[in-house]
Amino acid sequence: MAAKSSGAHPDSSFNDLLQPVYHGKGLSDPIKTAEDKWLLLPAFLKIKGLVKQHLDSFNYFVNVDIKKIVKANEKVVSDVDPEFYLKYLDIRVGMPQRKEQNSLNTNIHPHECRLRDLTYAAPIFVDVEYTRGKKIVVRKGLEIGRMPIMLRSARCVLTGKNEQEMATLMECPLDPGGYFIVNGTEKVILVQEQLSKNRIIVEADEKKGIFQASVTSSTHERKSKTYILTKHNKIYLKHNSIAEDIPIVLALKACGIPSDLEILQLVAGSDLRYQEVFSINMEECAKLNIFTQQQALEYIGSKVKTSRRPMSPRLTPLQEGIEALANTVIAHISVNDLDFREKAIYMAIMTRRVVMAMVNPQLVDDRDYVGNKRLELAGQLLSLLFEDLFKKFNQDFKTSIDKVLKKPNRTSEFDALMNITIHSNNITTGMNRAISTGNWSLKRFKMERAGVTHVLSRLSYISALGMMTRISSQFEKTRKVSGPRALQPSQFGMLCPSDTPEGEACGLVKNLALMTHITTDDEEEPIKRLVHVLGAEGISTITGHELHAPGAYGIFLNGTLLGITRTPIKFVQRFRSLRRKGRVSAFISLNVNHHHKAVHIATDGGRICRPLIIVEKSKSLVTPKHIEALKEGRMVFDDFLKKGLVEYLDVNEENDCMIAIYEHQITKNTTHLEIEPFTVLGAVAGLIPYPHHNQSPRNTYQCAMGKQAIGAIAYNQLQRIDTLLYLMVYPQQPMVKTRTIELIQYDKLPAGQNATVAVMSYSGYDIEDALVLNKASIDRGFGRCQVLRKNTTTLKRYSNQTHDRLDGIKKDQEGNPIYKHAILENDGLPGVGEQVVNGMVYVNKQVPTNASDSMLGTSGGPTASADDYKDSPVVYKNPEPSYIDKVLLTASESEQPLVKVLLRQTRRPELGDKFSSRHGQKGVCGIIVQQEDMPFSDSGVCPDIIMNPHGFPSRMTVGKMIELVSGKAGVVDGSLQYGTAFGGSKLEDMSKILIEKGYSYSGKDMLTSGVSGECLQAYIFFGPIYYQKLKHMVLDKMHARARGPRAVLTRQPTEGRSRDGGLRLGEMERDCLIAYGASQLLLERLMLSSDAFEVDVCGECGLMGYNGWCTTCKSAKNVYKLTIPYAAKLLFQELLSMNVAPRLKLADAF
Amino acid sequence: MAEKKPRNRVGIEADRVTDVSSTDFPGYYPGEDHSWNLEKFQENLKIHIEYISELNAEFDLIGVDASIANAFRRIMISEIPTLAIEYVYIENNTSIIQDEVLAHRLGLIPLKANPDYLRWFKKDDPDFEPTDYDTVVLQLSAKCTANPNAPEGTTDPKLLYNNAHVYARDIVYEPQGRQSEWFPEGIAATNPDILIAKLRPGQEIDLTMHCILGIGQDHAKFSPVATASYRLLPTIDIIGEPITGELAKKFRSCFPKGVISINSKGEAVVKDARKDTVSREVLRHPEFEGRVRLGRQRDHFIYTVESTGAMTPDEIFLKSVQLLKKKCQILRKFNLAA
Repeated sequence: MAAKSSGAHPDSSFNDLLQPVYHGKGLSDPIKTAEDKWLLLPAFLKIKGLVKQHLDSFNYFVNVDIKKIVKANEKVVSDVDPEFYLKYLDIRVGMPQRKEQNSLNTNIHPHECRLRDLTYAAPIFVDVEYTRGKKIVVRKGLEIGRMPIMLRSARCVLTGKNEQEMATLMECPLDPGGYFIVNGTEKVILVQEQLSKNRIIVEADEKKGIFQASVTSSTHERKSKTYILTKHNKIYLKHNSIAEDIPIVLALKACGIPSDLEILQLVAGSDLRYQEVFSINMEECAKLNIFTQQQALEYIGSKVKTSRRPMSPRLTPLQEGIEALANTVIAHISVNDLDFREKAIYMAIMTRRVVMAMVNPQLVDDRDYVGNKRLELAGQLLSLLFEDLFKKFNQDFKTSIDKVLKKPNRTSEFDALMNITIHSNNITTGMNRAISTGNWSLKRFKMERAGVTHVLSRLSYISALGMMTRISSQFEKTRKVSGPRALQPSQFGMLCPSDTPEGEACGLVKNLALMTHITTDDEEEPIKRLVHVLGAEGISTITGHELHAPGAYGIFLNGTLLGITRTPIKFVQRFRSLRRKGRVSAFISLNVNHHHKAVHIATDGGRICRPLIIVEKSKSLVTPKHIEALKEGRMVFDDFLKKGLVEYLDVNEENDCMIAIYEHQITKNTTHLEIEPFTVLGAVAGLIPYPHHNQSPRNTYQCAMGKQAIGAIAYNQLQRIDTLLYLMVYPQQPMVKTRTIELIQYDKLPAGQNATVAVMSYSGYDIEDALVLNKASIDRGFGRCQVLRKNTTTLKRYSNQTHDRLDGIKKDQEGNPIYKHAILENDGLPGVGEQVVNGMVYVNKQVPTNASDSMLGTSGGPTASADDYKDSPVVYKNPEPSYIDKVLLTASESEQPLVKVLLRQTRRPELGDKFSSRHGQKGVCGIIVQQEDMPFSDSGVCPDIIMNPHGFPSRMTVGKMIELVSGKAGVVDGSLQYGTAFGGSKLEDMSKILIEKGYSYSGKDMLTSGVSGECLQAYIFFGPIYYQKLKHMVLDKMHARARGPRAVLTRQPTEGRSRDGGLRLGEMERDCLIAYGASQLLLERLMLSSDAFEVDVCGECGLMGYNGWCTTCKSAKNVYKLTIPYAAKLLFQELLSMNVAPRLKLADAF
Repeated sequence: MAEKKPRNRVGIEADRVTDVSSTDFPGYYPGEDHSWNLEKFQENLKIHIEYISELNAEFDLIGVDASIANAFRRIMISEIPTLAIEYVYIENNTSIIQDEVLAHRLGLIPLKANPDYLRWFKKDDPDFEPTDYDTVVLQLSAKCTANPNAPEGTTDPKLLYNNAHVYARDIVYEPQGRQSEWFPEGIAATNPDILIAKLRPGQEIDLTMHCILGIGQDHAKFSPVATASYRLLPTIDIIGEPITGELAKKFRSCFPKGVISINSKGEAVVKDARKDTVSREVLRHPEFEGRVRLGRQRDHFIYTVESTGAMTPDEIFLKSVQLLKKKCQILRKFNLAA
């Protein structure tokens, strides 16, 4: 009660609360949180934005990671001159700048890059210290390359700009950013999903009875995978660099644990079952007569696969063994001073996990569990790339200075900086190429990944947004396992359950839910210290016996054992309270795993987490007071975090929690409260009204279709010159909105119109989901859209000083421009607003006839005559005319003139155009009906669209029906209604409004037929539904041909609409004709109308001749004319060329 | 059944509509003659005008068949010739509204002009030259400039700039030939406040428009009505015992205001069935089952004509009658009606 009134009158509610007893409730009774706790969501999005994961990751890379990379590779020394060194002191990424040095203004904004095909990049500066002769020189602000900048990141000019400033930069304030502009195209680095690094995963192959624990170690230097697996119930260590599997006891001995007892204790502890399973391995090692660390290392060393560089000296097996164990096996555990103990414990723990799985096969891990996955973002991928390029840069720098330093006496003092700038282009081009092609090839890790980046789809605002939240999986698409594709329970709240493509990539490509955050790396060191402060026993002092003692829990930091505690719950509680107080990063997760007797602390990047309200003592910490403060702007989301009212939980930590969805569901075990249930859906699925009433695949279909809807794309849509742009002329915001629609501001950039729909059968042209459209509605602008297409022409410069040019207009005798040049102006470019018809020239380009040779001596001088150029015009080829929307004449990065012409078509809906509601119900327009033929209601309203009711029973899209009723109530009431998932306007309330306004509660109206004038015998479900026009339009698809072009090789008709191709009579059609016995039709279709060819065949030898002459028999006797397919003739000749002589045996047919 | 249902009733049931078709032909009901004859028709035909204003009219047409009533409706929507902008010659358009969209918007502006003075413009004939008999010329030119006298700190574009909004009232009529005689009041948009485009300083629109006659069938812009429709007169019959007391109040609340009143005896009585919107709410409640019969009078048409402003609603209806008559004459002339 108190909470409800608090929404409206903050002061009175507060006074009420101060009363000792109010409406029978005491002060200590639980207080309901305001219904408005969902307001935390916009507060969250306000701070983080929709693509915060990309921005955070990039910012982390630019601010932190890049410095770490340089720190790790800070020194360059020469092999030749021991005196020389160069040390990087610092690295910075500047603000985006123009590449051209001589321009007046070096500031650049993204839109200019898009228009001029430039790269939106900022210079990378380093501070260096190096030796010049005997002196040590410090040089600051040296540019070593250019880094493409993510839009809206910390380095982008758009950050912190308000709407007006954005407008002056011609940028859309609603654009989420998070992408790059490389050579004028917008590129997104999709989020990559992969198994977490440096964590042990235990798996079982039940059929073969194999258990294995594996860990993918990843450090800056190398990546390697180590397995500990069972073979005939014995346990081995397996690694790619070791040729044979090493018995585990042997491996542990090599790590400096020579005592069998200690090995047994480390692995099995005092548990007899484990000891029994493990003891067989002791024998294995003893059989090999290996008892000391040295013996073990030598044994391993002898099995190592050596791929030494020819220069380096041969190592003894002992050295090899040490090298392998220290650097390649479980590489992420570093070994200092040949102290292998840490590694031995890690190995022992892995072994223990295998042993545990052998005893209880249920103790295996699930690869598909979201907690075992990490998301790799733009920043991480760029840092991998940058480190590779930076190392190569230093390598190149080193070789080039070595070359100079090798010379015994140099004329001038050597300045190494002269050599450093030469290679700066390598970093720039390396970054640009990787982002623009999407090929991530890293020499260090022998990694070759294609398709990392994608062109940002600008089909609609939603498609762009959907792309930014997309997650692509590393799993192969062809593999027929359902596991990775299935919806995992642990995805709840993290990944959208609806938004996934159909078909091939189904379930592998996922989308983030609305309120998620992806972590970046946090420092481990302070956490390590904190763990010890909180009372953990360090591992250096404990033995296996203590480690596995009953009640002892290991504390693992990012998968590595740090110490043990005997009071895990208390430890976790204390740690969490520190986190809630803000003493450690909010994104550090910790959870207790009772099966493994472990407390896991994670600080690594790439974990998905989401904010939840903390519940203490069965009370939500967020109270109406806080919400009030939020509403009034006195608090922002971060304040909630700082005050410890809200915290981020990752998937693993969620397992330790009891999360209530609504406040009334809080019990005494509840630890957290959901901020808002509709956040389980992503941005794209959030557009669907009443999705919780729909059959689930329908929501998935809508997620795919929402991205194809034509609408408004961005506020700067008319400034943009895209390859293909679809715009709707009169887009409307939906009558039935959702909270998500408001949050992602789809209502400001909508893609659809509210159509008045009558659900009834009409005319028979509405079968199979076809729609009946009202002609008058179309006349008045319903479904009208524009298609804008770009044409780019570059005026090239050639090596011989010639270049392409634009020519003027050709005129006929009367001085009028010839038809083809009708729309050109004197500069050879078209006039804006002119109509271009098929066959017209719209960029009158000419290329030099001689572009390769030197011009000297040919035409004598720079004044080129008309003969030196030949026409190479851009001709408009499309039976539908277009209008010239924009002409841009500019220069690209290479300083070549660039002409971009934007062509526009405005289209009204026609037969066959595709429409869809927001419930996965697509349909094509089947007939367009005159307004007077349409049924009409008592108030004279006639529908825009008639939809066949057969679309409902099998699809079960009840949400669509509720949308109609809510929409209708909104229309008669003059209000917008909500169809938010798990909430929204209630159907009952909507019916009440309808009744009040004199309509039937059901939304069904009594209509009159427009044709007969009589009442329809049924009541018709009638009201507004938001309809989207999809990009598939007949005009782009219709195709027919009688005669036309043929392929050169086979002389058969070409294929495809773009080449004006023929319509293929395929195998199955051919089979029908054969079965029917229509031999003449078959002959006509397959030969006469295709590639009939007359050949001269010699009856004697059966080979083909020409002109009635057989070249083989040297005679004209017995040569007959024959009509065969050209393809057959080609086959015979190709066979001849392979020394096979196909001979035709001729005989009379009848 | 106790009482006989009137023959001209459409039945409104909870889930369906019954008796929608007319039965005025001989032999439908045994022993009754409902066949059409002129005297009876003359006697029954009534027209009652509820109200007429400049743009709207509501009137009743009683005693005709649905086919005739519907014919008038259809003709009003789609066949009455009206003047609308058809050709737009754009001299200059630097606004953000594209030429085609601008032309489309202009076309939809209803014009106040008597179409009777004009002849048909022959669109199909490529050699047809527009004359003052068939084409009306309109002009629109607007140029937006910054307003130097704008008040400090305002963000209202109407104050900041001159001509920031282009309205239908900015369209200028240019009489050709004898048109000034025929249209002494000139030709203008019926609604001067229709927004055509928004401009910003430096943007300009300069265009000439040609208006021709057309019919709604060709394009909705030629339709003289926003909509023309009719509904049947609702009937409400309280059957059996009168509804009294609390039930009567509930009964009243099932209908729009003014339909049902409660008399001095506390009984619900039908006051004005015409105001009913046929929401069928009363049929939802089981307590009224068998107590009320809803229906609509099949030959009583309540027309609503909303004019776009080109003609008055009565003019539109009369024209539709004329047109129907003309069609009949054509049929008769060629003996097609037999």
